[in-house]
Amino acid sequence: MQVSVNGKNEETIKQTLAEFLIARSLLERRVAVECNGHIILKSEYKKFILNDGDILEIVHAIGGG
Amino acid sequence: MLDFLTVGSYSFKSRLLVGTGKYRDIKETAQAIEASGADVVTMAVRRVNLGQNPGEPNLLDIISPDRYTLLPNTAGCHTADDAVRTCRLARELLDGHDLVKLEVISKSRTLYPDVVATLDAARILVNDGFQVMVYTSDDPLIAMELEAIGCVAVMPLGAPIGSGLGLQNPYNIREILEKLSVPVILDAGVGTASDATVAMELGCKGVLINTAIAEAKDSIQMAQAMKMAVESGRLAYKAGRMHRKRYADASSPEAGLIQ
Repeated sequence: MQVSVNGKNEETIKQTLAEFLIARSLLERRVAVECNGHIILKSEYKKFILNDGDILEIVHAIGGG
Repeated sequence: MLDFLTVGSYSFKSRLLVGTGKYRDIKETAQAIEASGADVVTMAVRRVNLGQNPGEPNLLDIISPDRYTLLPNTAGCHTADDAVRTCRLARELLDGHDLVKLEVISKSRTLYPDVVATLDAARILVNDGFQVMVYTSDDPLIAMELEAIGCVAVMPLGAPIGSGLGLQNPYNIREILEKLSVPVILDAGVGTASDATVAMELGCKGVLINTAIAEAKDSIQMAQAMKMAVESGRLAYKAGRMHRKRYADASSPEAGLIQ
């Protein structure tokens, strides 16, 4: 199945958001995730299952004024 | 003597708020922030670069949320919806932290605040439980409206973002100061230490500075200068300056001169 991650389409298997983030070394980093316009709380990562066509936005903190 | 800056439910020792943009690297950012003595440090929210340097230090590793009060901004947002969305992501990123810097910026070379969209976003965010510090123009009526909506601090510009032109509008800033009860913090336009002092002498409760420190030849020295400038301006404001006079007024007594 395909999901969109920060504007790019990625081929992936059906899995939880936690598994998806671990595979990208993102789970231990401070990020926030939006799926189809809804924020997914950190406490929900392990039970949130990704579906074909999901649109993910994964953000972090960077320098700004 | 304690002279805290109170913003909503937060209290800060330093009246200098600093940004973390435009530094050469993350190490310099950390050193300049340290030298500034600031308690409040702004940050931006952006997409993670997937696949690029997973070990690269994160801003939050350097600017610890345990030590500093992070102030996520909505820089780059051109609509109320984008700004609200960014604030909600920031709140999740920072484990429920509710203090945000709202800015909705026009797509123009002035980067002037879009005050209509800013008002819309402020209403939504205040209703959603955020403590909103809001970047706005130097229009006293808009500043009053933002206070009425429930923003915890109003932050008018002194000059366009990143311009370093200094306070172009002292009379508008003074008018805003006289009309508002929430803290007025000058945001944008400071170019050097004296600009920060002028803002504080006018009665601003704080100054937010990024480019003037980050783009100085020696950002760490400039951060120290800004710290002192803000403290000096605050002290001078509290001390109350002398009246301006048109003519000289001798400092040494006229009486007792030798004949």
